[in-house]
This record gives sequence, C-alpha cells and structure tokens, in this order.
Amino acid sequence: MYDVLIVGGGVVGCAAARALSAYRVNVCLAEAADDVAFGASRANSAIVHAGYDCEPGTNMARLNVAGNAMFDELCAQLDVPLRRVGSLVLAFSQDDLAALQRLYDNGIKNGVPGVRLLTAEETHAMQPGLSDKVTGSLYAPTGAITCPYELTCALCSNARENGVRFLMGSPVTDVRTAGDHLTVTAGEEQIETRFLVNAAGIHADEVSALCGDESFSIRARKGEYVLFDRAASGFAKMVLFQAPTAMGKGVLVAPTVDGNAYIGPTAVDQTDKDDTSVRPEAIDELTATASLSVPQLPLRSPITLFAGVRAVPSTGDFIVKRSEKNPHLIQAAGICSPGLSSAPAIAKEVVELLGEAGLVLEEKADWQPLRRRPKRFRHMSPQEKAEAIRRDPAYGRIICRCETIPEAEIVEAIREIPGVPSVDAVKRRTRAGMGRCQGGFCMPRVMELIEREAGIPMEEITKNGGASRICVGVSREEGQA
Amino acid sequence: MRHVQVAVIGGGPAGLAAALKAKEAGAESVLILERDKKPGGILQQCIHNGFGLHYFGQELTGPEYAQRFVDRLEGTGIELKCDSMVLEVTQERRITAVSAADGLMEIQADAVVLAMGCRERTRGALLIPGDRPAGVFTAGCAQRLVNMEACLPGRRVVILGSGDIGLIMARRMVWEGAQVLMVCELMPYSSGLNRNIVQCLQDNDIPLYFNTTVTNIHGRERVEGVTVAQVDPATRKPIPETARYVECDTLLLSVGLIPENELTQTTGALMDRVTNGAQVDELRQTTAPGIFACGNVLHVHDLVDNVSREAEIAGEAAARFALGQVKNGKTRAVTVSGGVRYAVPQRVNEDCEKLELYYRVGSAYKPAVVRVYAGETLVKQQRKQIMTPGEMEKISVQLEPGLSDIRVHVEQA
Repeated sequence: MYDVLIVGGGVVGCAAARALSAYRVNVCLAEAADDVAFGASRANSAIVHAGYDCEPGTNMARLNVAGNAMFDELCAQLDVPLRRVGSLVLAFSQDDLAALQRLYDNGIKNGVPGVRLLTAEETHAMQPGLSDKVTGSLYAPTGAITCPYELTCALCSNARENGVRFLMGSPVTDVRTAGDHLTVTAGEEQIETRFLVNAAGIHADEVSALCGDESFSIRARKGEYVLFDRAASGFAKMVLFQAPTAMGKGVLVAPTVDGNAYIGPTAVDQTDKDDTSVRPEAIDELTATASLSVPQLPLRSPITLFAGVRAVPSTGDFIVKRSEKNPHLIQAAGICSPGLSSAPAIAKEVVELLGEAGLVLEEKADWQPLRRRPKRFRHMSPQEKAEAIRRDPAYGRIICRCETIPEAEIVEAIREIPGVPSVDAVKRRTRAGMGRCQGGFCMPRVMELIEREAGIPMEEITKNGGASRICVGVSREEGQA
Repeated sequence: MRHVQVAVIGGGPAGLAAALKAKEAGAESVLILERDKKPGGILQQCIHNGFGLHYFGQELTGPEYAQRFVDRLEGTGIELKCDSMVLEVTQERRITAVSAADGLMEIQADAVVLAMGCRERTRGALLIPGDRPAGVFTAGCAQRLVNMEACLPGRRVVILGSGDIGLIMARRMVWEGAQVLMVCELMPYSSGLNRNIVQCLQDNDIPLYFNTTVTNIHGRERVEGVTVAQVDPATRKPIPETARYVECDTLLLSVGLIPENELTQTTGALMDRVTNGAQVDELRQTTAPGIFACGNVLHVHDLVDNVSREAEIAGEAAARFALGQVKNGKTRAVTVSGGVRYAVPQRVNEDCEKLELYYRVGSAYKPAVVRVYAGETLVKQQRKQIMTPGEMEKISVQLEPGLSDIRVHVEQA
C-alpha cells in the first residue's frame, strides 16, 4: 500500500514526488510514457515567468510568484541551469502602452519584485537589435530561463534517490475506491494507495473522471516553436514578450540556457490531445509576428521546429485542491502557462493539501536534497577536464561533437533514465544530438552505448519510446564493413 | 606543453594526405588528431566502389582508398592519435584536445592543417514541418547504420535531395531489399554526380522528380508517410494543388553538406560566405598565418581524389611554413563573375606563377565558356560542353607577376 500515487511524470508530478520524498511516506509515480518530461514539460517556452501576467487573486498569480522565488534554491540543489536574464514586454503603440500599465498594476498587486516601466530609449539600451517601432516596455528583473526537461529529469532523479518509485510505461486506466484507499490500475499493475495526486497534464480530466470527479475538462492548445543555431542566436539576451492586444498574446523571442534562441509559441486549439506536429503555416506565422520585435531574425539558421500541447482547464485557473467528489484525490490539474514557473509552489501546496487530508508528514532525517553528480564536462576548466579523464577515461571519449558530450555523461544518463532508455531520453539528459548536426554523427554512437549499458539490441532501440524504433531490422550484409 | 612542427586536425582523406605530404616535404614531427576510433573519416562507411579513378587510376571502395593512405603512414614516423577530439585551436596555433588514453593534451604546433570535413544538413535546417517520428535520417547517418552497425533503417523509403550520398543510399537500400519510392529534388537539376544518377537510380528504376520537395512528415512514433509537392521553379515555393501523400516508413535527407568550421572560427580566420569554409591562398593557407585548410572543411568536394590532391598542397605548404620557408607578402584577390558561385583559392600570393583554380557554377550551362582574367587582361579561355552545379570544375592558368585581381567568369557559350 502506497501513501501517495502521483499520476503523471511531467514537471508538476516530478516536483510533487521530490517534495514528498522529504517525508517518511511511501510514494509511487505512474507515467504513461517511457520517460518523464514527455508531454508539455519537454516542449514549452522554458521561462520562469515573473508573474505580472496573471489576474490578481487567481491560483496562477499566487503560485507563479511563489514558484518563481523558489527556483534559485531548487536549481542550485538539482544542478539545473537557471539564468535570471529578465524579461521585457514590448509596446509598439499608444494602446500597447496602456496594456503595459495594466500588466504593471497586476505585477504590483501580485507582488512581483522590481517590475517597472521603461521608455523606448531604456528598452533599446537594455536589449539591442529591437525594432525601432518599440515605444516602451515593462521590465521584470525576476523573469528567468531554465531547461524544463532537464529540471523534470533532475526532479525525477532526486526523488528516486530519496525512495520514490517511478512506474514507467504505465497509463492509469481504472480507479476503484476500496474502503479507506484506492485501487488503481496503472499499466500491468494494480496499485493500492491512500491518496492519488492527479498531475496527468493534458489527460488530467480523464484521470479525474476515473476517480469520479468530472468537475472540469482540459482542452489542448498547441504551441509551435522555431529554434535557431547557437552561432546565430546572439540577438536575444532577454525574454522578449509582445504587449497583449485584441489580436492575441503575441509571440516570444527568447534565449535558452544553452545559448540558442527561439521564436514561439503559436496558440492553436485542437481536439487531438497528443498531436505535437508543427503545421506548415506555423513557420510563416511565427516569423511574421516575431520580426515585429526583432526585425533581423537569423531565418537562414534554424536548427529545428517543435511543438508542445498546453493543458488548458475549463475553469480558467490552475486546479490545485482536494477533490470535492473523491476525498482520496488531490488535483494538480489544468497546469498550462505559467505551469513551469509555478511547479515548485504547486508541489509544496500538494504536500500541504495531503497533510490537511490526514497524511502524516514526518521529515526524513536522511533526506538528500542535492542531486550529486559531476560537473558537466563542457563547463569544466582545462584542469578539471584533465582530472576528470584521469579519474574516468570515458570522459576523454567525446560522443556528441557539436555539444562536447563525453561517453561518461551518456552512460550516467542511461543509468538515470527511469524507464527503457531511448535516444531522446539520453538527449534530454545530456544534450547529445541537440547541436547543429542534430544527431547525424552521434545517434549511432548513442545507440551503441544503450546496447552496451542497457542490453537492448541495436535494432530494438527507439527514438523516444513506444513504437518509435530507429531501425526496422538487421541489415542483410551484416558485418560486411 | 607538447610541440610539433605540423599538427593535422582530422584523419580522413584530407588529413591523411596532408600529413604524408608534410612529412615528405621535410617536417620532422607530424601529428594527426582523429576523433573517430580509426582513420579514414567518412570513407569508412562508403563501402561502394568508385573512389580513386583519378588519383590511383583504379576503382576502389572507400575503406580501400583510405587504407592506401593509412598503409603509407607506416615507417614515416607520423604520429596518429585516434579517439582524440580537438576542443580548441588558437590563432597562435595552440591546440587543446582530449582522449581517453592521453587525457587533456595541449599542443603547440608551428603549422596547423585543418581537415575536419563536413556534416550533413538536417531536417531542422530545412524547416520541414509535421511530426517528429523515428525514421527521418540524414543519408550519411542511415549509411553508417546499415554499413557499420548492420541495422536496416527502413523498408519503404523516400529520399529528399539528390546529393551523392542520397543517390548511393538509394541503391544501397534497394540492395538491402527495401523499396525506394522516389528521389525528390527541389532544384531543376541534381547536385549529385551524373554517374551516380545513372548507376544508382536509373539502373534500379527509381524515379527522380525535379522541382519537387517534401512539405510535411506524418507519423507520431515512426514515419507513416510524407507529403510531396512540386515547387514553382521561380520561387521554389510548394504548389498546394500538386501535394500528394506518399506512404513510407523512412525519409532520407541528402540536401547538402556543410563544412565543419567551428574550430576554424576560434582561430580568427576569415570565412567565405559561399563555401562556408575559410578563405585561403593557393597554398591553402587561411588568413591566420600558419593555419591551413583542405578537403571538405574548406569547400565541399564531389570526388575524394580532388580532396587528396588539395590536401597535399596544404600539407606541403604547412611543412614549408614550419621550416620557415613561407613568406607571407602581398596577395591578389580571386573574384568570380557570371555563372560562377565560388572559386578556391580566394587569393593568390604575388609570386605565384602557376595557379590551379577550383570553382563551381550556380546553375547548368550547356555549352559553357569559362574565362580567366588578370585585371582586364584575358589570360585563359575554355569551352565546355556542359557545366553543372554538381560537378566541381578546375582550370589552370599561368600568371605574370603582378598584383591585379584574378577573375573567373562563366557564361553560356
């Protein structure tokens, strides 16, 4: 019998798992996919929002501002990149300036630190290369960037180290109440648990309905992005929003913690919750809107397109509460933007809600909040590199040339993956294959290492779990070369 | 810090030929740093025939061609370090590299030859929308999987781009029992060699569609199909009415090669925006003194034979530079006009008397006339039955001493 079963291995589920791992409670996390960070957590804007955007008084406003403040400690503990680059909301007209004033007022009400309005001159001085049509901006120094899938993987890894069980490839298909607990079918397993935390992202309404709570629904809204080559990405130093207008929320131009820049997202409502394809027209839509902010986009240097699906709740606000229909159910549902920013605060609140529901929360004396792992090779000084290779020669074998990822880090990642290792699961944890060759050189090497470390034959290795096999069989002329 | 006279970065065909020639030209210590497990570069996975006709006068496979050079290393004293990745080269020719065996290496070289080769353009660079399933490969990656990892990348294949690796892989996949449905080429001509179109496509009844591209990729986990559409030859934009769905499980991309010049850029050497390689003189010296470049890192070649020849020029010059025999004086610029896209070298030392210019045209000319001028003076004129962007051209000219610019010009004859 588990005390808590968390359904969903996105950033919210993993943050809740890690937060609960500090207490003497028995926790399991069930995820439908073969890896964590498989839904919206792997494809979003990677921004820790300051928190002026949300309506005062909402869960979104409260959890965003609280979550933002928790990021420095969290990222330091988990060795996840966080850069407080600051954000600007750009105005292009008199009407836009009025919109900025409203956002500023929201910011003050929401308790966002340091937020202020800038003139056009101040704006251009802060971020060169902006359109000369920019008439002013709203500056938020606490706006930050991080890496959402790296954070999710790190939360998972740290939670596992502290005793949380991760049950991968196990979609929840049935929930029954049995006296003082629930019996949950997750994949092949029947799990008995006192509480269920619903962090199932885009499918959270379905999980809630299985628990007898149909008080909300989740709509899918796709966001598409264009990511640029690092060499051409100097144009975005800060997170650049556009003032919200009647026409929409505009498109972002922002840097990533890895030194790339992107434009996005679009906002496309769709009925298919799992459709992450990029529409052909998205590229022109994005470039047209983003070039209002930055006219000189490096349109000849893209490295990839991607899309994520946000879970938009019918209630218009994050649903973080104990269910009124099922006392065993704690909702962490409808977590669209600013979900990443709010995740640490949502996790904290989930723990509090469980406590209020009767879970005894006794702190572990031996909780290990630090993710203990070696410094990344690419960040080491020459002396540190020399030392690392002396300690483990696998640091001297560079597998991913574009991102300088040694074998040692790939092996470490393969061991860290909670489910069946795949090429993309390694990529999410190491960046191998994220560079300009997009895995053209290193994918076969990564496959060799997965075969060696995890014992999966080459022809059975997948790109990203499920049926995404990279090869369809063995070649006829095996071994000829 | 270690010291060598000539350090060669890359042990593919360019690096091997450069190192051998540098040694022959008198360099005492020559070191090759190769990132792969063994030398030979991309040739190791090119198990088909067709290499060496020009250089050796016979047809060899890729590994055989490479082996000839590897065999010649024996007894020369050239040091070859494999599994060694260079992280940085400075303008002062200081090299930082790592390997499992040697740890972190810091090397001061008197001369450096850059021979890192090239990489393939990817799906992302083309901005092909749609899903992101397994089954989309660059042709070279699929070639490695099938030839070196004994894995079959797919059974029903569409190929986008008619570069040579794509054409070779079309045939390779047919030999593996796969069905190659078509090769789509955005341009009205192929960027591959004519002999490959004949031997790889025509002999296997694989259709090649010009002015055609892939506009969408379908399939959540594995490729299930692609949308193929004709493009307007003037704008190269897809024509929506011509779009059709093609069921397949694999999309191979052979849409261009990009010189791997990340290390070159840390040396401060000036780049050529057309070749994506460094700007060099006739010795293949970049604008960073003592740093030379050759092979596909300098400009993309279609024949390895030309790579070897070019590398020998660079290797010999690097040795001479290390021995203090190269004097960098005034240079004359090489410019292009008419149908010429680029020419290598981009500049010539004033004392250069015999110049071999390599160049490519931007579209097909049939027949073509090529003229080379020194200043306003026509110094050479040639007529050619056909010139296409897929085949690199060469012209030799005798130069009178002087500093006037050299210009290569091609037009319809």
